[in-house]
Amino acid sequence: MKTFKMGGIHPEECKFSAGKKTEVISLPKQVVIPLRHYSGKPSIPEVAKGDMVKVGQLIGRADGFVSANVHSSVSGKVVKIDNALDAFGYKNPAVFIDVIGDDWLETIDLTPKVKRTCDLESSEIIKKIAESGIVGLGGATFPTHVKLSVPAGKKAEVLIINGAECEPYLTCDHQLMLEKGEEIIIGITILMKAIQVKRALVGIEANKPDAILNIEKWAKTVEGVEVIPLKVKYPQGSEKQLIQALTGREVPSGGLPIDVGAIVQNVATTFAVYEAVQKNKPLIERVITVTGKSVPEPGNYWVRVGTPLSHVVEKTGGIPEDTGKIVAGGPMMGRALPNLEISVAKGTAAVLFIPSSESGRGKVQNCIRCAKCVFHCPMGLEPYLLMNRSEKNLLDELEQNRVMDCIECGSCSYVCPSNRPLVDYIRYGKLKVGELIRSRKVQQL
Amino acid sequence: MNLILVSVLSLGGIGAVSAIILYFISQKFQVEEDSRIEEVEAALPGANCGGCGFPGCRAFAAACVKADSLENLACPVGGMPTMEKVANILGKTAMPVEPLIAVVRCGGSCEHRERTNRYDGVKSCAIVHNLYGGETDCSWGCLGYGDCENSCTFDAIHINPITLLPEVDEEKCTACGACVKACPKNIIQLRKKGHKSRRIYVNCVNQDKGAVNKKVCDVACIGCSKCFNVCAYDAISIHNNLAYIDDKKCTLCRKCVEVCPTNSILELNFPPRKPKVEETSNVVLNG
Amino acid sequence: MNKLVVSPSPHVHSGNSIQKEMKSVLIALIPAYLVALYYFGVGALIVSVTSVLSCVLFEYLIQNFILKGEKTITDCSAIVTGLLLAFNLPSNLPIWIVIIGALVAIGVGKMSFGGLGNNPFNPALVGRVFLLISFPVQMTSWPRPIPFNPAYMDAETSATALTALKEHLENIPSALDMFIGNMGGSMGEVSTLALLLGFAYLLYRRTISWHIPITILSTVFVMTGIFYLVDPQTYASPLVHLMTGGLMLGAIFMATDFVTSPMTKRGMFVYGIGIGVITVVIRLFGSYPEGVSFAILIMNAFTPLINTYIKPKRFGEVRKK
Repeated sequence: MKTFKMGGIHPEECKFSAGKKTEVISLPKQVVIPLRHYSGKPSIPEVAKGDMVKVGQLIGRADGFVSANVHSSVSGKVVKIDNALDAFGYKNPAVFIDVIGDDWLETIDLTPKVKRTCDLESSEIIKKIAESGIVGLGGATFPTHVKLSVPAGKKAEVLIINGAECEPYLTCDHQLMLEKGEEIIIGITILMKAIQVKRALVGIEANKPDAILNIEKWAKTVEGVEVIPLKVKYPQGSEKQLIQALTGREVPSGGLPIDVGAIVQNVATTFAVYEAVQKNKPLIERVITVTGKSVPEPGNYWVRVGTPLSHVVEKTGGIPEDTGKIVAGGPMMGRALPNLEISVAKGTAAVLFIPSSESGRGKVQNCIRCAKCVFHCPMGLEPYLLMNRSEKNLLDELEQNRVMDCIECGSCSYVCPSNRPLVDYIRYGKLKVGELIRSRKVQQL
Repeated sequence: MNLILVSVLSLGGIGAVSAIILYFISQKFQVEEDSRIEEVEAALPGANCGGCGFPGCRAFAAACVKADSLENLACPVGGMPTMEKVANILGKTAMPVEPLIAVVRCGGSCEHRERTNRYDGVKSCAIVHNLYGGETDCSWGCLGYGDCENSCTFDAIHINPITLLPEVDEEKCTACGACVKACPKNIIQLRKKGHKSRRIYVNCVNQDKGAVNKKVCDVACIGCSKCFNVCAYDAISIHNNLAYIDDKKCTLCRKCVEVCPTNSILELNFPPRKPKVEETSNVVLNG
Repeated sequence: MNKLVVSPSPHVHSGNSIQKEMKSVLIALIPAYLVALYYFGVGALIVSVTSVLSCVLFEYLIQNFILKGEKTITDCSAIVTGLLLAFNLPSNLPIWIVIIGALVAIGVGKMSFGGLGNNPFNPALVGRVFLLISFPVQMTSWPRPIPFNPAYMDAETSATALTALKEHLENIPSALDMFIGNMGGSMGEVSTLALLLGFAYLLYRRTISWHIPITILSTVFVMTGIFYLVDPQTYASPLVHLMTGGLMLGAIFMATDFVTSPMTKRGMFVYGIGIGVITVVIRLFGSYPEGVSFAILIMNAFTPLINTYIKPKRFGEVRKK
């Protein structure tokens, strides 16, 4: 079975909500739609206080290249445009909308019929994706149209679809692959057309045999799409690792997937592309997993972007008694939340409740140089060294030891027997070295 | 006897030959240096704190020797006396420098600002700042993990274990600026030390709207403009819901302190007011 | 509800700890310990118990009264050091010498550098080599293996296979005896079989990786094999070299000590080859019949250098075609 070559871990899978049919969560009284979705610049608000909006209406226009449009996920009245806490714990501009009814824009095709043919040209598809505000739903939320725009001089050879879902607990992509197999495959063909490639590889971890069967079944109806089961190993779904697992090519250090002719998209993104291109529906809702060891009924839910997490939690059985930590996203790379007033963003894949018995960190002890971090690093780095140099602020040495290659997957912290906060420091070091590199570039100009 | 003689001669010979070689090498590779650099360096405090903007006392000394005048060259640690010594050595004139001191502009102690979540991880402000807004709902204020304390080479700033806020030791602070750089929230500022160490400043950096930050902190500046209106010297400005007192214009009249509704303007080292004014109890921190 | 905890990702941990790692090592040492008890009887019991107890005691005392640092005695590393030290001693060694060995191992080898994680040399080997140099007579008279031997210090002694080789004696044990451990030697090193069982367990638990032991063993095998092929009269067969002396114990348990071994696979190969070469050189040309301890200590000294200059293969470090 295919997998990436170096490092990796296998944490307890805990996919409690696997196979749970997606349910639709009722609309909240008010939504808070962030204008900034993790990476890139916040978009410029297109509505003002007091405006009435419909579902799917543009409320934020992309500002600059690495930015994405934002659409209203509900119909109702704009209460205010103000700063709101996001999952990063900082305040960023957001649009507050009071929900009135559920009135969709007429242009959006709401019929359940699957539309298989797409006559649009490559550039038209990319334009439509950009207009619909689609971002990568795997977590990094990088605007999809930017990823699809192949830079001059480079050529895409293969489209890679990430259905690995290697994070423990998460099942949202899994469930989507089970329920929307046909749409995903059509989305893949649209993406193939957009970047003009003849071949697409869908990588799915082997712990989802039903999803593999379903996607394979639909893949036979089109040409050039191949489903490849992957070994269950974290971080299989990381871009560079996935490319290596599926094609055997290594993205050079500091490079992008396009350097080896690959473009990676998540399955959920692919589904969003289908809806945007075939149904005219912008990205206003997504599947999220609500799960945790003491959650009585873990499940997968369709949630409108901007729904406060407190509403999601209320509708899905409330907060378990022993909760110590609430994480937006998976346990390896998700973000711990200071409260539940934060709303669902485009990249929120899950709400994970961690019982208080497991929410604390172990006591930090001396590094015993067991080299487990080095052996498990999927990027072939030396986390112990990087942590030490970050602690001492030795930025030159950090850069020489390729701190910028770190994908922050957390494998090193996960395996460390001394509970050392390796990624915490490395992330800090990356930030500092990043600043250094940027300032150097500025000086050169 | 013979043995002793042989060993003494051979060892002595090796020593002598090495000495000669070393002598010639040192002659050949000798670097000519202005001897005054050495002198100036001796006059400096030798803390290598970087407060002058140079990577250490020697670099500063070299810069002093090289420069035409001592303008913009000042040792914050040694202050005027040191700079006068340097000026004497170099035959230049020292420029008078206003003594500065580090000021922590956050009053959100545990009492005034509730902790709403618990951080569990590396105790480092830089890392927490990178992660999220902090244990309180105020994402502007002091995190309290002591990066300033760790950065200080003069043992002059310490986190108070009760308030979890840093406090500056006026005697020891040399205004080198290390803590200013270390603070990821940009709370610490170098301000004029003031006559008899008397200072007035806005003890807050929160730029949220008043209604928002009033909920999260009792002593936050809510940008109400009362101080701005009362100031007769045009020393107070308000930007982004936050008042700022310009230490160059402030005359230490204390009118703004009285009108502040949230007690977020702090006066330090003033004599107690006459009894008719009541709101003075909370202000003297270090006095 | 209590205040929510916020911390940077990852939010899960493998549950691994220093204590668990050390316990795996202890479990892996059990087969060899049973063999030692069987062949060396009471002596093995006394020496091992003394060594473990005094190592733990010295660590506790030094931590409590001299370093006054964090208490890490519960991480079991002192027990591992004590047991490994005992494994490297003959079972008829007087108690007081064992205690001195433990003091040197813990006091000099480990705690003087700041405790677990900071020591450049394997503490058990520091203790052992100290004793070997200070008490050469006691340290090189090994008791003859007798099942459930009730004798301790007055046990009948015999030469080890390596001494026999060095001095060209004829009474080298049979291959089977060497494999199961029926020969003279330090109490823990005799049984190749038991040590290999421990190795298998450590690999299964992923406490250590295969790189160091396999590199050492294959280096020794190849080097002695060459000498054997050139001159089978003078040099013993490579199999004899593998199964005698402290090679197995050293390669599996001593050289793989976390703290003192390199941290990258490439580094581990260099380290392993170094130990193998030095061992063979000392065994064949040195004045000592055995060289594993010295080889490991010498390579321990090179470990920081190896860590600095030998980097792992980075992802994306591909030459452009």
